[in-house]
Amino acid sequence: MAAVSTRDIVKKFGDVPAVNGISLTVPDGEFMVLLGPSGCGKTTFLRIICGLERQTSGDLLIGDDVVNDIPPRARGVAMMFQSYGLYPHFTVRNNIAFPLKTQSVPGADIAKKVEWASQLLGIGHLLDRRPRQLSGGERQRVALARALVREPTALLLDEPLSNLDAKLRASARLEIKQFQQRVGITTVYVTHDQVEAMGMGDRIAVIDQGQVRQVGTPTEIYDDPADRFVATFVGTPPMNIVARNGGFLGFRPENFLPKEMIDDEPCTEFRFRVDRSEYLGSERIVYGVLDGFDPGQVITAKLPPAHVAEESIRPGEWHPFAVRNSALRHFDKDGKRAVRA
Amino acid sequence: MAAVAESVIKPASRFRFILDRRDVLGSVFVAPAILYVLLLVGLPFLMAVYYSVSAYTIYNPSWQFVGLENFQQIVQDPEFRRTLSNTFIFTFGSQALGLVLGKFGALVLLRPFPGRKLVRALIILPWAVPVALATVAWQWMFDSLYSVINWTLIALGFITRAQAPNWLGTTDLAMISVIVVNAWRFFPFAVVIFLAGITAVPQDVLDAATVDGAGFWRRNYQIIVPMILPIVAIGLIFGIVFTFTDLSIVFLMTQGGPIDATSVLGFKGFQTGIVSGDVSHGAAISLFMLPVLLVVVIFMLRFIRRREI
Repeated sequence: MAAVSTRDIVKKFGDVPAVNGISLTVPDGEFMVLLGPSGCGKTTFLRIICGLERQTSGDLLIGDDVVNDIPPRARGVAMMFQSYGLYPHFTVRNNIAFPLKTQSVPGADIAKKVEWASQLLGIGHLLDRRPRQLSGGERQRVALARALVREPTALLLDEPLSNLDAKLRASARLEIKQFQQRVGITTVYVTHDQVEAMGMGDRIAVIDQGQVRQVGTPTEIYDDPADRFVATFVGTPPMNIVARNGGFLGFRPENFLPKEMIDDEPCTEFRFRVDRSEYLGSERIVYGVLDGFDPGQVITAKLPPAHVAEESIRPGEWHPFAVRNSALRHFDKDGKRAVRA
Repeated sequence: MAAVAESVIKPASRFRFILDRRDVLGSVFVAPAILYVLLLVGLPFLMAVYYSVSAYTIYNPSWQFVGLENFQQIVQDPEFRRTLSNTFIFTFGSQALGLVLGKFGALVLLRPFPGRKLVRALIILPWAVPVALATVAWQWMFDSLYSVINWTLIALGFITRAQAPNWLGTTDLAMISVIVVNAWRFFPFAVVIFLAGITAVPQDVLDAATVDGAGFWRRNYQIIVPMILPIVAIGLIFGIVFTFTDLSIVFLMTQGGPIDATSVLGFKGFQTGIVSGDVSHGAAISLFMLPVLLVVVIFMLRFIRRREI
């Protein structure tokens, strides 16, 4: 196992930069999530780490070695692909054994390691099947077993859960995370799903347009976004951002509450006209506009349904709302985080 | 309102919606194809079977039944036995060569390079050019006096004028020549088959193989080739059927010569049955294609069924 780090990696396709100067260090054993919208360059970055693409400039280090010109097979990293990339003409056993066969591992050792990897992931009973006879979740485990069987220095995962249905995805999320903690392998996990990122990552790197916008723990990313992009990309519904005093003011929908619910702390008041409200069972999402701000901008509030009676928030009426000052986030005119406006 | 109701009640003719029934309409559509096969394939086949057990010649058109006498006679003929083995050598030699060329051609065409689209279009030419035209061109290239191949070899200093091979006049070289021409005709088909197959292999699988440590050869022969084998097998089966029954290249280039060195079943059957007028022996010779084609067709049908599942 080893740390993976990059120094100012740039990758251009023609003149178009897909990765635009990423410097990132993933310490040994960390679970790092690369989070960003589609087309932001996160998958290209992952392919550069495993060697499927060659960066236009910049250095890639695995452990203490610069591996820029080392071919994928010699880098000792394993990658799991979005659609798993299982070999359809091999049995599960041969799929898992393939990375060992390419390294000319003796047959007896191969059998032993395949046994070990399949036990680890609980797929011992599937070894003689072919990939098309497996369910989505089973395929995912086979792909993981194949990635781990040669004990790689780092594990790269490219949206591994996107082919699973919602229910399976939740359990697979937990499994991968627990598994990573048990094995302690350095992991880089690419996703566009913030729930996966928040739930699994030791740290998250938010990427947009080929650049890292912020690196931090899930708490840091959510509570202290470095700029407007991170603030609006992470969180459902996203952070409300309104223009004020030449800069921007941000507050999370769950911190935007009726005035009477806040009485203990200093707060900033707004007049809020409710246009529409959605009851989602565990919460109520309320949409409307603020008095004195852009009337075309929709502001959302997330309210605990038990606290606010159905009749107190009526559509079309102005209500006194407020945000605790500690929950306000200030951004300068370029969208970067400001200390205090 | 009353008028509308009345028209609905009016009983429709029994045959008015007859074409809406799938079984009826389907039969109507399939009928021309079935008629075509029965009249132009089935009937001639049955006639060939009958001719082969009769004493029919164009000089003495008798339908006298002679049993398997014709077959016994041709099997004992060393010329025929040579023709039979020639047919196998010709078919499998040219298919093997065509497949290898096709694989290489496909790999070359998968890489982006300037002018690739033009090359892709040009590569279809051997297949698209009429066989007679192409064969005449090849005949000149293999000509004993004017061969451009020999001329090149002499100019490059590999051979002298006196050593120049007589391509179509030597038994082994003549067979090699017709195999090369047929492989040349078949290889665009193989390129297309391989291209279709290789581009259908998911990129994720190839990337996974690369990361798993497979180099170029292992990726090709342990991942790509096994995955596209069903498609290639279908192409190969078609190639075998077309080549095994083909007589055009042999007919145009060598006329089966020299001394029957390139004679194949189709050509021999044509020579005996049509040119010499010995219809019964010609039919018997042609029927020797049947067992091979039968095996091939059974394979083909099994393959198609396997792919459906």
